[in-house]
Amino acid sequence: MSFPWAKHYEPKAPLMRWLDEKLPLPRLVYNSIGAGYPVPRNLNYAWNFGVLAGFCLVLQIVTGVILAMHYAANAGVAFDSVEHIMRDVNWGWLLRYAHANGASFFFVVIYIHIFRGFFYSSYKAPREMVWLLGVVIFLLMMATAFMGYVLPWGQMSFWGAKVITGLFGAIPLVGESIQVWLLGGYAPDNAALNRFFSLHFLLPFVIAGVVILHIWALHIPGSSNPTGVEVKSESDTIPFHPYYTAKDGFGLGVALILYFTFVFYLPNALGHADNYIPANPLSTPAHIVPEWYFWPFYAILRAFTADFILPAKLWGVLAMFAAILVWFFLPWLDKSPVRSGHYRPLFRKFFWFGLIPAMLVLFYCGGAAAEEPYVMISQIATAYYFLHFLVILPIISSIEKPEPLPFSITEAVLGTDTQAVLSDNTTPAN
Amino acid sequence: MTRLIGILVGLGFTFVVLLAFVMGAFTWATEEVAETAEHAFHKPAEPLKLASNGPFGKFDRQQLQRGYQVYKEVCAACHSMHLLSFRNLTEIGYSEAQVKAEAASWTVPGIDPNTGEANTRPGIPTDRFPSPYPNETAARAANNNANPPDLSLITKARPHGPEYLHSLLTGYQEQPAELLEKFPEAKTGVGLYYNPYFANLNIAMPPPLSTDGQVTYADGTEATINQMSTDVTAFLVWTAEPTLEKRNQTGWPVLGFLIFATVLAWFAKKQVWADLKPRKQKT
Amino acid sequence: MATTTGTAEPEALAEGEGVRRRDFINIAAVSAAGIGGVATLVPLISQMAPSKDVLAESTTELDLSAIEPGQAIKAVFRKQPVFVRNLTPKEIQEANAVPVSSLRDPQTLAERTKEGHENWLVTMGVCTHLGCVPLGAGEGENRGEFGGYFCPCHGSHYDTAARIRKGPAPTNLVVPDYTFNSDTVIVIG
Repeated sequence: MSFPWAKHYEPKAPLMRWLDEKLPLPRLVYNSIGAGYPVPRNLNYAWNFGVLAGFCLVLQIVTGVILAMHYAANAGVAFDSVEHIMRDVNWGWLLRYAHANGASFFFVVIYIHIFRGFFYSSYKAPREMVWLLGVVIFLLMMATAFMGYVLPWGQMSFWGAKVITGLFGAIPLVGESIQVWLLGGYAPDNAALNRFFSLHFLLPFVIAGVVILHIWALHIPGSSNPTGVEVKSESDTIPFHPYYTAKDGFGLGVALILYFTFVFYLPNALGHADNYIPANPLSTPAHIVPEWYFWPFYAILRAFTADFILPAKLWGVLAMFAAILVWFFLPWLDKSPVRSGHYRPLFRKFFWFGLIPAMLVLFYCGGAAAEEPYVMISQIATAYYFLHFLVILPIISSIEKPEPLPFSITEAVLGTDTQAVLSDNTTPAN
Repeated sequence: MTRLIGILVGLGFTFVVLLAFVMGAFTWATEEVAETAEHAFHKPAEPLKLASNGPFGKFDRQQLQRGYQVYKEVCAACHSMHLLSFRNLTEIGYSEAQVKAEAASWTVPGIDPNTGEANTRPGIPTDRFPSPYPNETAARAANNNANPPDLSLITKARPHGPEYLHSLLTGYQEQPAELLEKFPEAKTGVGLYYNPYFANLNIAMPPPLSTDGQVTYADGTEATINQMSTDVTAFLVWTAEPTLEKRNQTGWPVLGFLIFATVLAWFAKKQVWADLKPRKQKT
Repeated sequence: MATTTGTAEPEALAEGEGVRRRDFINIAAVSAAGIGGVATLVPLISQMAPSKDVLAESTTELDLSAIEPGQAIKAVFRKQPVFVRNLTPKEIQEANAVPVSSLRDPQTLAERTKEGHENWLVTMGVCTHLGCVPLGAGEGENRGEFGGYFCPCHGSHYDTAARIRKGPAPTNLVVPDYTFNSDTVIVIG
């Protein structure tokens, strides 16, 4: 579906007309990211990150498929095969660093994309399905990234696999059996490495499938925008191409400069030195930390140190999963009639002075050693995290008095909207 | 309904984590954390200047060759370097013929062509550097139950690897009297050596570089302990990532091109958006 | 960067003096994206070429001192068999007796060996028909109708100079590049 004023795809060349009759792929592209997709005219640079995330997925799949041509998924040779890529394969070092830093780059982009969604309440009707699919993508990404980090079979790979599968051991009664089943053994070894490789190869294509659904679901109501006011008339929108292709192209350039600075000059800055030591089941690294993008959730996991009815370990695991699963319920937890944080004074304060600092603290504590005072600080931040989504958001959406909204996107951009004067309906919707 | 359940679940998690906080805070406030010798006497690695440092870094091949000599004459007695082959030495400035001669001066495991039994033979350029011990058990047996780590990746496998390695090699000393006074139980054990740069202060490796002139450099450089440890560190930076120089060199044209292309993209974006001319900008 | 290209449909929104500069900048930006994309292909394609360790093993050194006249050995060169045969005077004579013009792939024995080492016949052990390994290098193997090598896959017969004489193979067994380092040591490749 699209707005009635969307441009229609009219192929001129006979070949394109022929193709359009048999397989209307160009039409699909035209209508989804071409001139046939009308987009609100007021999107800011926070809206670049969807396209950037798509770029990251392609980047990871291309470099990943190539690395798989040289990598050997066998506990005996996996570590050396990665070093073979680094030393002997033509441009292998570049491809591996591009893939490893590409994962970090992907998560930077996706976190900004998600927090854009939080601030502008992009999860609200009519875009709940877009949001739900997005959370599914995020979960799949976490699984993929975790399994990918196991593949080099260094110390962090091994102990990461052991600790994370150990989380399932917290499940009462069946936990231990599940852990043994997941690993195909009592500790990570060849069986685990091989299945992780297989799934690490498969999941990105599943992600690509869900991404298509995510974009499809987005195109039904159309893109949201910084005012949170829905599109009313043609003057509210501009075609995706050339306006947003140009804007995304510039954004991509900036992102690539940052990315390649890491790839070429700080390639190991986001990794961990211990992963250049081959896996050793008999010796644990001084402190085990996951990759940086898991730190907030790792901090939540470790924050639960007290037994209360359930054992502390189980609380930690429940809380860690709940911390992401709660995002699934956001569309129904936040009932405010206004979407954009720009017009929600109370929400805005809690966002900038509550959620963002709490997330930053969780990021920091998740990477720090499990000792005081970091544990206590992360406990406070964890408490705020759950309060924010489950208690504060539902309550402020009832008590908050939103600021007046512009009549339309056109009015927000141009200052006036002729339709606002002509139309009877001058009360702002939503 | 969702909101009601949500609030209850949220308060539940908050209660449990705050309970943990109160208990943790109580323990923290009441229990004295014992000071440890490691905490009080461990030193962070000293800075080290190498030609390969920084985004314009290049290897100093003369230095790498000296470092290789230190590895061969000192480290190789106990430490393997199994990711490197003799052929890699051409990358630090040795000629094909020199590498061939060098490889032949090492003894590598082989197979007797007549009996099929394990024997040894002189190395050829495609051989990897041989390990001094046949397996880990043998290595531990020969080294007071410590396993000398493989050195191929050592400078990448330790935080601030090059600095750490250089500090460690030059950091052996007598255990300070002050330490023994404060922590009598932390006395360096038999077969261990005090080194403030090592994580637990007591390392199983005897001081490998103990006297000036331990190695006689082919290029005539004076072999002080500091010189030898700097050279071997530079060499091990190379072994950890022989492609480092190429990475540094490839990066600049790539970034330069990207900056150029991004500037173009910025002007293109401005041009495309020019006709929209909003009178009032609001984001 | 490919996203900037999109569906290239020039937007004729503003006409007049600005058009030419506008077009130029857009074309330049899209071309830059294209150049970047093409440059990216270099590592993506060249990574499939043989890696450094494979290239390093692309020479083989062989000691011939233990091979008696009439014997042959099978060695490995670039992961393929290579036959080294110490020809007997009789075999050399047989090979030289064949009129070169009658051959499918005319070559003399002298052209297929090194000067001063005419008794050493070094050839790839790869049939030029479809790449099977011919018989004849091992003791007691079928050496074909012409006393050289015989490929059992499709019945190609090679003579004592490893030249094709009968059967489907189009050319003689390939003589790889090699040199004598000393009288008894050759380096192939």
